[in-house]
Amino acid sequence: MNRPRPEPVQVIKTRRDAALERLVGGVPYIAFLGIRFERHGDELTAVLPYADELIGNPVLPALHGGVTAAFLETAAIVELAWSRMWGLIEAGTPEAQAEAEARPNWPRTIDFTVDYLRSGLPRDAYARARINRSGRRYASVHVEAWQDNRSRLFAQATGHFLMPGRDG
Amino acid sequence: MLQDNACGPRMDRQAADMTTDPELARAQKFIDALPHAQALGMRVCGLGDGHAAISMPWDARLVGDPETGVIHGGAVSALMDTCAGAAVMSHPSAPMSTATLDLRIDYMRPATPGQAITARAECWHVTRSVAFVRAVATDEDESRPVATATGAFTVEKLGAAS
Repeated sequence: MNRPRPEPVQVIKTRRDAALERLVGGVPYIAFLGIRFERHGDELTAVLPYADELIGNPVLPALHGGVTAAFLETAAIVELAWSRMWGLIEAGTPEAQAEAEARPNWPRTIDFTVDYLRSGLPRDAYARARINRSGRRYASVHVEAWQDNRSRLFAQATGHFLMPGRDG
Repeated sequence: MLQDNACGPRMDRQAADMTTDPELARAQKFIDALPHAQALGMRVCGLGDGHAAISMPWDARLVGDPETGVIHGGAVSALMDTCAGAAVMSHPSAPMSTATLDLRIDYMRPATPGQAITARAECWHVTRSVAFVRAVATDEDESRPVATATGAFTVEKLGAAS
């Protein structure tokens, strides 16, 4: 039995968290909205902490529909870029690691459709994206967003994306 | 419809004129009361009869890809949603309030970094409970759209059950 000993868990976690930070940390608009990403293994949850300037209807009050759209679109794009990044950092080869450390190459949104199910409350919001199809050039992603209850979505969205590395 | 002459490349010069137009000044006050529209620096440059035109300056905080300086699609979505909602509110049927039911955005090309983005929206059809809206966003090159949008919005009337 000469299977190599697994790496210490903290080494793995540090590498994965650093890769996620390289992806998300450099995007001004993600910081502008205050979106964070929580990671459990390869699963990402986007978190939008409540802030007064996210309000679109001050009477209700409710989150701005554009904020909801932007939050879901960000969750979808980061999920796509992260799934590529995950493949690179888990490959364990120096070439893949070098590519993972190069500047992020973002997918480009082709179209994005948001279905507003209920008004966004003045609280934190969460979103998770699922890649339904990811081909060489195109990807289709579905996103669900909720606030207090995971089963009571306040918005969902579907978008198509042009994958990087090829001419549009 | 009010003259939509304060948008696009001439926005800065025309913005000064807006203070002399009481209708636009009132519309701007309404937009400034929406915290997120204010955070994005939106300027109303035309509003009335189910049409709206709203402009958003380029801002480094809204960049989605630091390598290119292109504004994030999400900020364009927020502009489109605000402009479409304003078009609904300006419809002659005088809705008391509106909310987005559905919004689809098609991204035609990246907006040119450094240039303001202007959305123009119009109500295509308005029923007692739903407004169907279309919108186009351009940068200074108004002949090539940056994005288009179609949306369905609620129409809320005084005393009507939702």
